[in-house]
Formats: sequence, C-alpha cells, structure tokens
Amino acid sequence: MFMFEKAIRGSRQYWIWLFCLLCVILAGLAFYLYQLNLGLGVTGMSRNVSWGMYIAQFTFFVGVAASAVMVVLPYYLHDYKAFGRVTVLGEFLAITAVVMCCLFIFVDLGQPARVFNIILYPTPWSLMFWDMISLSGYLLLNAMITVVTLTAEREEVAPPRWIRPVIVLSIPWAVSIHTVTAFLYSGLPGRSSWLTAIMAPRFLAGAFCSGPALLILFCLILRRTTGFDVGQKAINALSVIVTYAMVINVFFILVEAFTVLYSRIPADVAHLQYLYLGLDGNYHLVPWMWLSVLLAAVALALLLVPSWRRNPVILPIACLAVFFSLWLDKGLGLIVGGFVPSPLDTVTTYTPTLPEWSIVLGIYAIGAVMITVFYKIALAVHGEIGEADVHVPAVPAGPADR
Amino acid sequence: MKITRKDFLRLSGLSFLAGGAMEAARAIAGRSSAATESQSTPVAQSVRWGMVVDLRRCQKEKGCTACTDACDAAHNVPRLADPQHQVNWIWTQPYETVFPFIQNGYAEQSDAGIPVPLLCNHCASPPCVHVCPTQATWKRADGIVMMDWHRCIGCRYCMAACPYGSRSFNWVDPRPAIAHINPDFPTRSKGVVEKCNFCEERLANGLKPSCVDACPQKALVFGNLADPNSEPRQLLRQRFAVQREPELGTGPSVYYLV
Amino acid sequence: MRDRLWIAAGLVLFVAAITAPFWYRPTPARDLAKLPELALPAKQKQCVAPVSYMRASHMVLLTDWRQQVVRESERKYVAFNGSVYQKSLTATCLGCHNKEQFCDRCHTYAGVSGPYCWNCHNASASRAVAASADTTEPRPEGAHLAENLPAHILAELASRTNQSLPGSRP
Repeated sequence: MFMFEKAIRGSRQYWIWLFCLLCVILAGLAFYLYQLNLGLGVTGMSRNVSWGMYIAQFTFFVGVAASAVMVVLPYYLHDYKAFGRVTVLGEFLAITAVVMCCLFIFVDLGQPARVFNIILYPTPWSLMFWDMISLSGYLLLNAMITVVTLTAEREEVAPPRWIRPVIVLSIPWAVSIHTVTAFLYSGLPGRSSWLTAIMAPRFLAGAFCSGPALLILFCLILRRTTGFDVGQKAINALSVIVTYAMVINVFFILVEAFTVLYSRIPADVAHLQYLYLGLDGNYHLVPWMWLSVLLAAVALALLLVPSWRRNPVILPIACLAVFFSLWLDKGLGLIVGGFVPSPLDTVTTYTPTLPEWSIVLGIYAIGAVMITVFYKIALAVHGEIGEADVHVPAVPAGPADR
Repeated sequence: MKITRKDFLRLSGLSFLAGGAMEAARAIAGRSSAATESQSTPVAQSVRWGMVVDLRRCQKEKGCTACTDACDAAHNVPRLADPQHQVNWIWTQPYETVFPFIQNGYAEQSDAGIPVPLLCNHCASPPCVHVCPTQATWKRADGIVMMDWHRCIGCRYCMAACPYGSRSFNWVDPRPAIAHINPDFPTRSKGVVEKCNFCEERLANGLKPSCVDACPQKALVFGNLADPNSEPRQLLRQRFAVQREPELGTGPSVYYLV
Repeated sequence: MRDRLWIAAGLVLFVAAITAPFWYRPTPARDLAKLPELALPAKQKQCVAPVSYMRASHMVLLTDWRQQVVRESERKYVAFNGSVYQKSLTATCLGCHNKEQFCDRCHTYAGVSGPYCWNCHNASASRAVAASADTTEPRPEGAHLAENLPAHILAELASRTNQSLPGSRP
C-alpha cells in the first residue's frame, strides 16, 4: 500500500498514542453497536430536534475539509513557496475530515444497511445526492493529489504534469463541498433560521478560519514533538488567513443577526432568542452560545494585533479560541437552533447522551489515527524524522518499496 | 514485459475503480432518466385527494380522540411513553400554534386553545419529496404523498424539510408499544420515517380514510379536490377555509373551516 | 530462521480458520443432509407460480410485488394459469402457507436468516388457514384458487374491475 511501511515504524510514544486512540475507537464502536441494536432513541434527538450532534459535527468537518483550499490555492496557483511543506499536511487534513464527515452521516442513519439506496436510486433533485457526489469526489481528488505529489517528492522528481489540472479542479471543488452542505439547510421552506442566502458564504468563512487554525495547531504540535518545521513564514501566512476569515465570519454572523433583529419578524427572532437568551424557560444552549461569542472576541483581539499573532505562545491560544468558537457556533448552535422552536412552536431540549458523545469521540479518534499515520508518512518522506528513529533498523528496500 | 507488484496493484485498483464508476454512471443515467420521465409525465389531474376539517363540528365533541384512535389502530401507530419519540399520523395541537397568523391583537380569540386535528397535508409541492435522497417518499398522481418503508434510509432530511411537523421517525422499535397489532397493515421497523398515508390502502378498496369514518361529528370530509362537485369542494365554496402556511407555496390538500 | 515458527503457526491458524465450517458444525452432519420437512398448504396444490419458479425465485416475485403495490398501486396479480391474486405477503402467501412450518424451516435449513419481512409484516397474526403439517386431506380437484381467497380479497378484486372512488361524482 501507499507508503504505509513508513507508518509501521515509530517510537514508543507513537504506539502508545495509537493504542489510546484505538481504545477510544473501540468504545465508540461498542456504543454504535448499542445504538444499532436499540435505534437512534439512545441519542438525545427527538421528534422536534431530529438532527443533533452527528449532523452538526458533519457540517463542521465539511468546513475543515474545504479549508485545505487555503493552502492549496496559494501554493499551486500563486506559486507561494512558503507553503511547500504545509500543503500536503492541509491535503491530508482534508482527506481525514471528509472521511469523518462520511462517518458522521453514517452513524446518523436509521437504516445504515440501506445507505447504498442513495446510489441505487439516484435523485438529482435532492441536495443530499449532490453532497454525496461532491464529498466523494473531493476525497478522490485529494487522495490522488497526495499520492502523486508525495511519490514524486520521495523519488525526487517533479510531479507528473497531468496532476496539475487535477489540483486546479480541487480548488473550486473544495468550495463546492461546503456550498452544497449549506444548501442542504438553506433550501428548506419551514426552517426560518436556515432560510438565508448568506448560509453558504458564512459556512465558507467559518471553514477558512477554523480549518487553518487547526492546521496551525497541528504544525506547532509537529514542531514540538518531531522537530519538523513547516517554517515560520508559512505559519505567519496561515495566521493572516485565519485572521481575515474570522473577521469575515463574525461580520457575516452580525449581518444575519441585524436582518433578524431589526426586521423583528417573530418566527425569525425566536431562533436567535432561543440560542442567546433562552425561550420559554429553556436556557440550555445560552451559556454555550455566549462562550462562542466570547471566544470569537478573544480570538479577534489576539489575531488582529500583528505582533501577538506572530507570538508562539499567543498564536495557539488564538487558534484554539477560533476553533472552539466555530465548533460551538456551527457544530452545535446552528443545527440545533434551527429546530427550536419547531414549526408548531414547541421548545424542545436537546442534550447529547453518553452513547452519542462516545460515538462522536470514536469518530474523532478515527480522525486522529488517520492524521497521525498520514503525517507520519508525510514527515518520513520529507526525511525529517529519520534521526529521531535511528534505533529502529531501516527496513531493507524490498520490491514494495520500489 | 516486466510488471512490478506495485504496478500490478495500481493497475488492478484503477480497473476496479473504472469498472465501478462505469457501473455507477450507467445506473445513474438509466435510473434518473427513468425517474425524470415518471416525474415529468403530464398527469391529467383528475383525482387529487384532499380533506376538509370542519373545526366548528370538531369542537362540539370535547376531548374526543376518535380519529386518532381509529387511525392508530388501523395503521399500528405505536403509543410510546416518551413524548419525544412519539409517532403521529393524525393528532391535535392547540389552535394558536397551528394557525399563528390568525392571532391578531385585540381580535376575539374564542378559538384559542381548542384542539385542531393535524395530519400530513399531502402538499401539491411537497418539500419532503424534493429532499428525499432515495425517492422513499414521493407524490402519486392522485396527490397522495407516499412513503416506501422498504427504501427509507432514515436520514430524516424529510423531517427537517416538512414545515408542518407531520413526519415522525421511529427512534425505537415500535412493536412493543402497539397494544393490538392490526394484521392487515404492517408495523414499521426502527429507523424509518412515517406519516399519514391518507389511508391509501383503504382507498384502493373503495373505502374512505378511517379517521373520516370514525369521526362522530362528521367533521372530517374527504374527497376529490379536482372534482368541482365533490363534497369537500362544495364545503370550500360555502365556508371560509384556511390552509396551514399557504405562503410557503406547498399547496396543502388539507383545509380547515374556521 | 526464527520467523519460520511464526510463519508455520500463522499458516496453521489460517488453514484452521478457513476450514472451520467443515469441521465445526452446530448441527450433526446427518441432520444437515436431511431436507427440511415443509408443511404444504392443505387446501391448495397450485401456488401463484410453478413450484420450480417459486423455489428458485420467490424472493424476486416478492420484491416485484412489493414494488408494484407500494410504488405503482398495482395490486392485482394474474398468474401463469390465469388465476387472479392479491399481491400480498400476509393475505395471499400466508393465506395458504404457514410461516414457521414453511418459510422458516427452509430458511433455517438453507442458512438464510436474511429477509427482514417480519420486522414489519405480521406473520403471527395472519389468518393462516393452511398451517397443519398434515397434508393427507384430499385436495379439491381442479379447485380454482380465487375461490379459496378470503372474502375481503375477493371483494377487493371485484372492486378493481369496477373501480368507484369515494367522494367523487360523475
């Protein structure tokens, strides 16, 4: 298989880390089997809040996947050399995020055994059909790009010329995956808080700050744990991207809030009221939504000052703030808030249950394993951790290594 | 010719992918063209099943649940302990939540609080049908929005799309919560969405929906909306009727006489 | 050289695993060789299609019926011999066959646990007329199937030919 021989040699910490992740995955799997047996009733979802954590996390990670375009575009279209090392990390993050998205959709299905009905009975007027097409296409494109470019890099030759159009295609494709995901929600007549033309742009802005923020965090972790450095110039450039995208994201949220609050149409106000003030004595999400606001404010304050955003201590804090602010806003409030109040004016509390959290964590752990293995491969190809692993005898080059 | 293992694996992987893609493309081309054909077939709308709910009559029988009971018994609708998991085909909600647009300021609210029977509106342009990724729900030529419980994958997109809250998901296995199973109608399994089917199984036998037959006040009037002389059409000519959220353009087939 | 032991052990395990179905049997071989005893309908001798077809392709017929009834509102089945049936698992199939003594026995024998029909369709409550394993009762010679259908199905079939729609007026 594709350079996986690089991933099966590692230090003790590497294997302990993978083992811990495996335990989390197994716990998630056990709870998934429990859910499969008893039905989705084991989650906190209900007839009024019929989508919850799974779909919200799906939405959030489509954004993370799409954000790879923020490194691919400067590197390949503008020949921005500083992103030379970080680009493949971004592409691997995209692959991981898309796989996580598919898993989040899968665990949300009531009849997972029938999932292929989507392909068996293709329905082009359903946005979910197009979401499937765009996500699987994006996965395929990125898998192809990473395999071809990494192989070329290892063999120290230039990548084949035919890969360039594929890379260029992946750029609008990245935009499409999050646009189609936004359309899933924004085209529904009965859910006024989703029925907004700014949904797709807002999703993209949120994606382009949360994804690169995560990428920065990964780069900083790699620098600490493996000594692999993508270069300060790349990190600075990424932090500028995060800053601009976060400003635009907050701007879009405020624009939406203005339209709703100034027009004062009761049905539209009710959703915002539920999220930020509480409705009919239900304050469930209020602290979380204000935490999201607070984190966004902190992130903006830290990012907007250039010297702070270049500070190696402040930058990770700012990135964490961006990530969790968006995680709460998009990965929780947006979906749940769209369902409350229901079309029949019912306010329903949604609390994710233990099985639900465990399954979500299990999918996170699968993502973490993928990222770990992928980055191990990428770093091995870059030849940066060769020294760290000297105690492991080098695998003699067999036919598979050729 | 010399071929390495890697080349062999790469080649066979690509062939599998190409084969699969070809199969998928063929399936998509074949199916979707068939589907669009059936969708675009001009149907002379000679039958459009619909219902008129006379709230004045319905109100006369306080605390009556005859329609719900008859429907639940006929269709094996479970009665679950957890209200959040409840499955509803025809049920009631307070007037003001059903018709929020009728509440206005100082107008006399004599109807506030009265229970209004709700069911699937069998819309002319149903949002649930537009979003369903497997055509497990579709619109029949006679206006009934049908469900195929064999095909539903349980994604619940239709529930998000329905502006009337008319769709229910089987969060748990419904069978233990059905007191007496009607052997002539299937139950559902956990993990599929269900809703009112306008008793299409009774219509096929020339019968009216069970809720209509069960109503002691004859408050539910069922018939062909496309026929100007049908009972519901005559009622709609005589009385002031409303639909639920007509501004969404869904074109409900259920009217309420207020 | 150390590897040789591991390879041998792995091979043994592999061979053991893939041959497991041959030497690990929950039921003794002599039971497996015995065909299941199927209770055939007492009153009917002809199914909706020839036995050979039903034996091989009943699942195709059932999914076809399912598709036609649910999605195309086509409820009438004209059999190869001109008999007319209602396309219904519970009314027509179970009208003659008994689930436990017919469907299940063969499915258990063949190891086909698959179809989820019974998650929703009600076999236990079906008005199975057939049922008894004893098929010695003489079958009425030349009995036309439709005559033995339950009354409500006959009524339904009759109404199909002269379809009147409720509420509509000419």
